Amino acid sequence: MIVTFLDIVIAGLLMGGIYALIAVGLSLQYGVARVLNIAHGEFIMLGAFGTWMLYKMVGINPLITLAMCGPVLFLIGFFLHKTLFRSLLASSASADIFEGRSLLASFGLLFIIQNIAILTWGADIKSYSYLNYGVNLAGALFAANRLVTLLFAVVISAAFYLFLAFTRLGKAIRAAAQDPRTAGLMGVNINKVLALCFGFGALMAGFAGGLLSMRYPITATMGMEYTIIAIIVVVLGGLGSIVGSFIGGFLLGIIGSIVTYIEPGLALVAYYVIFILLLLAKPTGILGK
Amino acid sequence: MDITTLISKKSLVWWAIILIIFILLAFVPLYAPGYAAILLSSILMYVILTISWVMFSGPTGYMSLAPAAFFGVGIYASAIIGGKLPFPIVVGIGGLASFCLALLVGALTLRLRGIYFAIFTFGLVMLMAHSLLFWELHVTGTRGRFVIVMGYNTIYYYLLGISMLLLLTSYLIRRSKYGLALQSIGQEEDAAAHTGVNVTMLKVTIFAISAFFMGAAGAVMATKWTYIDPFIAFNPFYSFMPVVMAIFGGMGQLYGPIIGAAILTYLEEFLITKFAEVYMLIFGTILVIAILYLHDGLVGLIQKWRRRIWGERYANT
Repeated sequence: MIVTFLDIVIAGLLMGGIYALIAVGLSLQYGVARVLNIAHGEFIMLGAFGTWMLYKMVGINPLITLAMCGPVLFLIGFFLHKTLFRSLLASSASADIFEGRSLLASFGLLFIIQNIAILTWGADIKSYSYLNYGVNLAGALFAANRLVTLLFAVVISAAFYLFLAFTRLGKAIRAAAQDPRTAGLMGVNINKVLALCFGFGALMAGFAGGLLSMRYPITATMGMEYTIIAIIVVVLGGLGSIVGSFIGGFLLGIIGSIVTYIEPGLALVAYYVIFILLLLAKPTGILGK
Repeated sequence: MDITTLISKKSLVWWAIILIIFILLAFVPLYAPGYAAILLSSILMYVILTISWVMFSGPTGYMSLAPAAFFGVGIYASAIIGGKLPFPIVVGIGGLASFCLALLVGALTLRLRGIYFAIFTFGLVMLMAHSLLFWELHVTGTRGRFVIVMGYNTIYYYLLGISMLLLLTSYLIRRSKYGLALQSIGQEEDAAAHTGVNVTMLKVTIFAISAFFMGAAGAVMATKWTYIDPFIAFNPFYSFMPVVMAIFGGMGQLYGPIIGAAILTYLEEFLITKFAEVYMLIFGTILVIAILYLHDGLVGLIQKWRRRIWGERYANT
């Protein structure tokens, strides 16, 4: 009984690490840049396909690819914000209007990115095998690639947290998250910070995609599922709270693992039920203000 | 409501034009080949979804991503009771089921503001699809249902009737004090409540009325597909299409969403069978461009050109 329970929790933590990484990315994009990026999952997909392509064609180690795909996606995100979302922000009368319009614009991006991906790589399922052997952990077998992805997810999130907490730019980002206007008055280059945050969000998505491709088969349409999970986690953790998203990711991973153990078909339903109850009871999330 | 406010000279001309258009549309299946009715049915379906969406979300600014939920409820209602009852009653029940769902959802969630409401309504669609799928797989042991098929012309006439009713309802709400109250909610909800608008009541009612038409359209459209399953009925695409069509066409005027729906549906019919990816790509690009540059949609563009050509005739009120 206790052993099964441990198994479930560990499996949940292994999934939760990726959820946390994805959600931290979306949390940056929504919490700071105020863009509820529906195309977040598409950046995950791009990261996954980038990793797959480099591994299959050139034979580059997927863990090294992380350091290559990430920056590329960061640049894409950065310039997307510099052009598209920047001009949306300039032409929106209020923050609420901007949120609505940027949500729709990112929905357009979803279609653009997804279909370019289908046109380039095709719509079929791709996979490769990497670190695919069992590791004995507390009496249960877990695939090595899962453990590696969890490790990387935690290290990346922790590194990013330290960056936010202790660097000057991190402080500027936190200030912009609290109150963009005042942060601007205090000498923060707000446009740059917002674009950086959007870029960092895409970077996290790219990392998550690369890690995901090691454990699951990938398709060009995989993004939506992760976007929805990311949104749920971000709301669970409290919109705009990076730490909340991190905790929420693990929480949802464990919940998902428990529900999957009881009834596999109900995992997504459980996510939505939690999500809807949460929105009704405490829309600000567990760490929200 | 005072009848004289409804029938001004200008609006009389407009209503005459609309009536003529509808009469012409009613004759289409008699004279044009079968494909025209099918294409027009698709357009009418999106027109209904879009205008119902604009009815609530246009003035209030609450971005509802629930159309697919209401549309899907109509589809399932039609699949379950279709054939057992006369078709008009099936359509009515489809609409009423959506109406009740919207009352419930609206009463629960319309206190959520801004982005939360959009996320919630989107979650609702997915929740319904997944729980229905689970129910079918584990309780009834089936996946999907067969629907009793109607002729293309029947579908067309039903959709035409629903859209006529919807246009009239939408126009009347727009012209009434409730329309003004909805706009005041969109501009400043707290102020609207303070000036005596029963904010919650009004929002929920209009939300439910708009859902009625979506449900009715779903009940009719279900008979076009021989087979439905939870992911066909509750396809999130039907939530986003009305939003895009409304923004593309422009929400300032009643005819804006119609233009948007007509153009995008034609594009869809034209491209989706051969180049589905290309269509989606174009769709995404149009969406981004419309949001970036077309503030008031095509209608805004038309009005701008008209002003440039004929000059400003009336004060811009």
